[in-house]
Amino acid sequence: MRGIRRSRPEPAPAPARDDAGQGWSPQGSVAVATDPEAEAVTGPVDAVHDDGQVPAEVASGRPRRGLRLRRPRLSLRRRKTPSIVPRGSVRDRFGIRDLVAEAAHGVGARPGRLVLTIIGTVLGVGSLVVTVGLAQTAAGQIARQFDAVAATQVVVEPATSRTSQGERATGRIPWDVEDRLNRIAGVEAAGAVAPVSIGEATITAVPVNDPSAPDVTPPKVLATSPGMLEAVGGRVVTGRYFDSGHDQRADRIVVLGARAATRLGVNRVDRQPSIFIGEHSYTVIGIIDDVNRRSDMLDSVILPIGTARADFDLSSIEQAHAKIAVGAGPVLADQAPLALEPNNPDTIEVQVPPAASGVRQNVQADINAIFLALGGVALLVGGLGIANITLLSVRERVGEIGLRRALGASKRNIGAQFLVESVVIGLLGGLIGSALGVFAVVAVSLAKEWTPILDTWIVIGAALLGGVIGLGAGTYPALKAAGIEPITALRGGT
Amino acid sequence: MSALDVFDQSAPGPSPAAGPVTEQIPAASVPVIELAELTRTFPGTPPVHALRDVDLRVERGEYVSIVGPSGSGKSTLLHILGLLDRPTSGDYYLDGVATGTAPEQDRSALRGGRIGFVFQSFHLLPHRTVMDNVLLATLYSGVPRTERKDRALAALNRVGLSHRLDFMPTVLSGGERQRVAVARAVVASPHVLLADEPTGNLDSANSAGVLDLFDELHADGLTLVVITHDDAVSARAQRRIQISDGILTEVA
Ligand SMILES: Nc1ncnc2c1ncn2[C@@H]1O[C@H](COP(=O)(O)OP(=O)(O)OP(=O)(O)O)[C@@H](O)[C@H]1O
Ligand SMILES: [Mg+2]
Repeated sequence: MRGIRRSRPEPAPAPARDDAGQGWSPQGSVAVATDPEAEAVTGPVDAVHDDGQVPAEVASGRPRRGLRLRRPRLSLRRRKTPSIVPRGSVRDRFGIRDLVAEAAHGVGARPGRLVLTIIGTVLGVGSLVVTVGLAQTAAGQIARQFDAVAATQVVVEPATSRTSQGERATGRIPWDVEDRLNRIAGVEAAGAVAPVSIGEATITAVPVNDPSAPDVTPPKVLATSPGMLEAVGGRVVTGRYFDSGHDQRADRIVVLGARAATRLGVNRVDRQPSIFIGEHSYTVIGIIDDVNRRSDMLDSVILPIGTARADFDLSSIEQAHAKIAVGAGPVLADQAPLALEPNNPDTIEVQVPPAASGVRQNVQADINAIFLALGGVALLVGGLGIANITLLSVRERVGEIGLRRALGASKRNIGAQFLVESVVIGLLGGLIGSALGVFAVVAVSLAKEWTPILDTWIVIGAALLGGVIGLGAGTYPALKAAGIEPITALRGGT
Repeated sequence: MSALDVFDQSAPGPSPAAGPVTEQIPAASVPVIELAELTRTFPGTPPVHALRDVDLRVERGEYVSIVGPSGSGKSTLLHILGLLDRPTSGDYYLDGVATGTAPEQDRSALRGGRIGFVFQSFHLLPHRTVMDNVLLATLYSGVPRTERKDRALAALNRVGLSHRLDFMPTVLSGGERQRVAVARAVVASPHVLLADEPTGNLDSANSAGVLDLFDELHADGLTLVVITHDDAVSARAQRRIQISDGILTEVA
């Protein structure tokens, strides 16, 4: 029998088409008909069946995947396995590279439609990036502008009422306001301040009255309680601020605001310089600066309240200041009037920091939620759009699917191709949406002169989200495509 | 025949002497195509018996034409031969391998590796170049990546279209399109070329061109099965089979 010659074992990974002239090659070089061995094949073929009563499966190897070699077994032992699927060449059978290349062609075939397909995903991913980006940018901006002083500063004043004589204080701040405020929870420092009228007296650094000296406006004189400096967040440049001892003893000491000190020519206190208010000499014990809440203190000569009462008949306190813990404002607004004027709390006005920052954050959160919801809806619509168009494309490409199946594509190959196409479409939408979102955040930030802040992972994640949406949207169309029967598909024609 | 079928049903399990997995090489005497009492019935009221107890052997290198009137079951037969459809009963042996109940995955691989199709309506992808269309057949048939381009070029050269590589199929003439389809069908070195009305959409000059091509392929040793209702086409074949009402008869 001719077949005997072919009974030698073949190398294991021999591809189907190289199987010794079984296949026809386009070059026409391996021509079966020109092979004298093969030529005889067309001869007594029936002989095979006549004597072939032995099943070929016993030859060797397992019948792979239900394929049975029906070939009758000849007298000589054959060592061929009945594997009919060219396993050896599976490596190059529609690999990842082929899959991606085919999917890319599918995606790029209709650019106009591609734009329509990805628009929903672009909008969805874009709005998510914009929402998150603007929220992050705004948060950064709030943190930047966050005024710690403003949020922790309380001013207490006597209430005023309008009368025919003009505005008149109806209440009175007690002299021990500092102690009373300090007893309220949340108060970190408190102090009182009052302007001091020195009448016609002049303020000079030297006792001699030099008539040739130019007439300059004298610095203001203020009286404060010892805690005032801390209450308004000031800083001692040199020396010290007075304490309650100075206050009680009505010592003739002063602290100078930085600008007043310059004006009076005092820049150091270690030699105990004095200034004169009228005829009295006051020892300068310190110079202060950086008083933001009462910047007039910088232009002032500052006395203890006790001294001012003794020397200048100070009659009332103008304001009390308190530095409070963040968030203690509402409590203080309730308690400070009671603490200062238990019988007439209405006569005390308390200005606490607005709780607006909390409100603003809440509003921001609401807006974010709305935008995120809109983004989610847009993504859903985008996903449905991809699913819809991919389904349409599957229906349009039934002929192509049938052809690919006829050329040897498995259901899995077909499904994978459409799935990858829709993932690529989703990814494309995600990338474009993400890029547009970043662009929008930067544009808004530029317009508002903010510093744009956007987490890189948000941007990357948003782009990948597009791919995930494509995956979800493409699953059903891919299953549909894989299920198409090649015959029905080919009958349709392209 | 039936005795062999019985054998196949009760095929023993794997031999303990199983060697390494090797490519199965059918002996020279194994027909490329063998149909054994194959029936294809389409369910319905009444059921359509498109193929009735068909027995057919096609040896390697044969050029067979199948002729018959419309509705006689020609396309049904070709779909069975192309592993695009499964028989209702009986079996189909491709290179001696029973395919009737083989898993779909294996049938797909066989289709890619051993069968080339030429359709009446060409079935070229309109948005892909001539070259890409031919390369398409190499994707699923396991042609090594490095060989694909060369083989596609050789196949296109073979059908005389090497000057149209970058053309879109839409600008080609009908005859040229069908020649691209033939190049695609042979690029993966199939064991058999199946053609369903390959000249059905072509004028006589283009038909002659395609039929000449078939003759050359046949001369080079390719097995061809051409389905047609055109006697002029079937006359080119070495062997003619008549089909009517699902029954095959050899034409002398
Ligand atoms: N899916 C199907 N369901 C039911 N009947 C079918 C189906 N496919 C084919 N048939 C029937 O089977 C018979 C054979 O059909 P087939 O397509 O093989 O004919 P044909 O010989 O190719 O005809 P033509 O020359 O017109 O192409 C016809 O009667 C047809 O109606
Ligand atoms: Mg038909």
